[in-house]
Amino acid sequence: MIKKENDFVIHVATVNGSGSQSSNSVLVKSLFRMGLGVSGKNMFPSNIAGLPTWFTIRISEKRYAGRNSNNHLVVAMNPSTVKQDIDSVANEGYFIYNSDMKFDSALLRDDVTNVGISYRSLIKGVTDSVKLKKLLVNMIYAGVVAELIGIPEDVIETVVTDQFSSKPGVVESNLKAIATGREYAKENLEPNNFGLKVKPIDNGNEGKILIDGNTATALGFMYGGCTFLSWYPITPSSSITENFEFYAKKFRQDESGANTFAVVQAEDELSAISMVIGAGWTGARAATCTSGPGLSLMAEAAGLSYFAEVPAVIWNVQRGGPSTGLPTRTQQGDLLSSVYLSHGDTEHVVLLPTGPEECFEFGQTCFDVAESLQTLVVVLSDLDTGMNLWISDELKPSSQSFQRGKVLREEDLKNRDSFERYGDVDGDAIPYRTLPGTHHPLAGYFTRGTGHKPDAGYSEDNEVYRDLQLRLKRKRISAKEYLPQPVIDSRPNAKIGIIAYGSTDAAIPELRDSLATEGVETNYLRVRAFPFDDSIEKFIEDNDTVYVVEQNRDGQLHHLIQKEWPHYYSKLKSICQFDGLPLEAKFIQNQVMNFQGAR
Amino acid sequence: MAGENTQGLTKKDYMGAKSTLCTGCGHDSITSNIVNALFLANVNPYDVAKLSGIGCSAKTTNYFLNSSHGFNAIHGRMAPLATGVKVAHSGLTALGVSGDGDTASIGFGGFAHLLRRNLPMTYIVENNGVYGLTKGQFSATADKGTRHKDGTENPFETIDICSLAIDLGCSFVARSFSGDNKQLTALLMAAMKHHGTAVIDIISPCITFANNEGSTRSFSAVKENLNPLNKIDVIQPQEDIKVDYDPGTSREVELPDGSKIILSKIDEDHDPSNRLDAITKLVHARESGKILTGLFYVNESQKTLMEELNLTKKPLRDLNEEETRPSESVLSDIMQDFK
Repeated sequence: MIKKENDFVIHVATVNGSGSQSSNSVLVKSLFRMGLGVSGKNMFPSNIAGLPTWFTIRISEKRYAGRNSNNHLVVAMNPSTVKQDIDSVANEGYFIYNSDMKFDSALLRDDVTNVGISYRSLIKGVTDSVKLKKLLVNMIYAGVVAELIGIPEDVIETVVTDQFSSKPGVVESNLKAIATGREYAKENLEPNNFGLKVKPIDNGNEGKILIDGNTATALGFMYGGCTFLSWYPITPSSSITENFEFYAKKFRQDESGANTFAVVQAEDELSAISMVIGAGWTGARAATCTSGPGLSLMAEAAGLSYFAEVPAVIWNVQRGGPSTGLPTRTQQGDLLSSVYLSHGDTEHVVLLPTGPEECFEFGQTCFDVAESLQTLVVVLSDLDTGMNLWISDELKPSSQSFQRGKVLREEDLKNRDSFERYGDVDGDAIPYRTLPGTHHPLAGYFTRGTGHKPDAGYSEDNEVYRDLQLRLKRKRISAKEYLPQPVIDSRPNAKIGIIAYGSTDAAIPELRDSLATEGVETNYLRVRAFPFDDSIEKFIEDNDTVYVVEQNRDGQLHHLIQKEWPHYYSKLKSICQFDGLPLEAKFIQNQVMNFQGAR
Repeated sequence: MAGENTQGLTKKDYMGAKSTLCTGCGHDSITSNIVNALFLANVNPYDVAKLSGIGCSAKTTNYFLNSSHGFNAIHGRMAPLATGVKVAHSGLTALGVSGDGDTASIGFGGFAHLLRRNLPMTYIVENNGVYGLTKGQFSATADKGTRHKDGTENPFETIDICSLAIDLGCSFVARSFSGDNKQLTALLMAAMKHHGTAVIDIISPCITFANNEGSTRSFSAVKENLNPLNKIDVIQPQEDIKVDYDPGTSREVELPDGSKIILSKIDEDHDPSNRLDAITKLVHARESGKILTGLFYVNESQKTLMEELNLTKKPLRDLNEEETRPSESVLSDIMQDFK
């Protein structure tokens, strides 16, 4: 039997809508408070109730937060998936199942420690309410697991108390369910002999929080001065707007109780982005949150933002595409469509946050970039980043002032003889703008998505159009100054490079350590923005082979890098995983070793 | 000074670029009436945001108010664009000009939801029943049975922007004709002073693509079938009452700035607070091939989006760190929930 301490994986199979999310988060939070490296990944269906859902809790001594499918302990509560759940247990692992489920017991594996528990009889002692039984049964397995692996009673109790702090009655019934599970385990399962154990680590999570990326984004918007947020509800982005509204209603009101923000639920995503463009044109820090199908709908307006140079932010939490795709699975499939969103020659600025800290940071700076460059900024998060639980450094507000870009007010215009909306006065391809409501005869101009002269007047002239498009292209050079640079981590003598972005990053530390044990030392560059920083070219140059790792079918980041630096064609290798599950280090490692072997 | 309004501006100050529409286009007379109404209503041009989508109608926002900011956006998106503009700066006067394709086809969803939200703005539909800029295809507001220049008959039901707007909760719904200067100017003034969304559906014949025999939107057909429901006058607070009306047969609607709309009876009395009656009259008129014009419905007490959003006094777009960045201690308190 497997014996492990502070380094194993718990995989829970339940039915969605059964309340298992609460039990799983109680377990994750308890492990977090014990100081352990822990992460929680929910794999849920596009459905409200009744379909299979899985939750994976990874406890990692080295604090790896990537997915690991080596399930040392599987908790099976869903009869419809019991066969695959049995198969999913690691060799010599543990299988704790609800013995009330009807299934062929011959399926149970010999190499696995099988523990059947009749929850039906246990729940009787917890509640009489039929409705509550369904929910609280999950807290019983949380109690069983807590007892077996050694989560102290006081830790889990305070977590439950905090989690349901607004409903004292709920605290009581949940604690009773947990205690029932613990009692059962104590009396029947010999917890002392259980092979998977957790031990508290003093101050292990000092200065840390456990949070999902979408909540961090919402807080970023709140601290970044977002005043206008429009949306059309879509998984997996909805919780950004919901959280923004929740916090802003508390913390973004003036002394009279009036709001310093507006949230408007639009009729569709094209309206949502059109509202953002209207607000951005007027001078507000405006954003919309969406996912793939919404992004596609926004394409025409994205071109308007680019061509008429109106600040706007789209926060795209990527899911499996194309079309409706896999609405509740993660992917990085929208990079190319974000960069080139719209017909005609466009090339948008794209920010690529990793983890909650950067969701918070970019949730603020995306407005600086959009206003400074007067253009659309697409921020690409993904479901894994946005909806799963990550340990992050505690979020700290920025002390930086907002960068509101080149805006001329009445007082600025007083000292001028003329104003050209699209004149490249500073030679950085970024023009000055005025805002509607500016009381000055020079201020007014006419914004249009049609061809226009530097003074904003309509034009179909070929040279005027060409000059405009070339200036917009030059803007990408100026853009780099405003964008976050790549994060590079080099190891001595390493000649193999890895390039990744976003949630793929979670698998990289584990990958590099593991490759190192095979004698393959690596350097790592994490891309944080497009247009690309020149340091990426240097990184490619310095390495013999560079693996571009990402979560889509066609190697979209690889494609963009190759397009930028075609002379490095033979050095760049594409590694793609795109099945909707978060990337696993061992998958990448196999791919790398295959490539290395082939060399 | 003579010829100046209370802003100290002359009518010329409200004019714009030279129109590039076809000579005789109904839209150009609407532009003249917009200029007139802005001037008479003493609107400050610097406070106006001119908004439009795409089409012949959309171009016209360039033909008035040269000194204002204008935004000729993408096809059918004037309504959500206006929502963003107005929410970002509630002090702006949002003046939108749309067409029948822009409003009743490609932008139908945005239009419907703008009305539900009652966003304070003037929403003008320059309605000619055809797609002018793409050379005369029927639009969704073309009458069933009307004939194209080539003789083709429109087989589909028409969309009546006014009855639809009333049904969707629009708080100011009117129809006029591009050639009826008196009625149109008065309606535009009232619309600009209205507290919520004001929709004016303006029948504006297309001289090039729908002025043929068999078209129900030719100048002659429209003139023949016009059926004004009421006579409209707007009396502003600073004005002496010069309008000739009989209080016994007229109805008054008070506007937020203290102005009054005086509605005088023509054939039969119409109560502009009665939505059902307004819809009934519109349906009857349509069935008898008549073009009912006038102010059909107005409600000055309906809650607007701005009221619903409960916004701080300073325009959202002017808020900076000091107004929008909560203190460090707020964040550190929030962080406790994630520990």
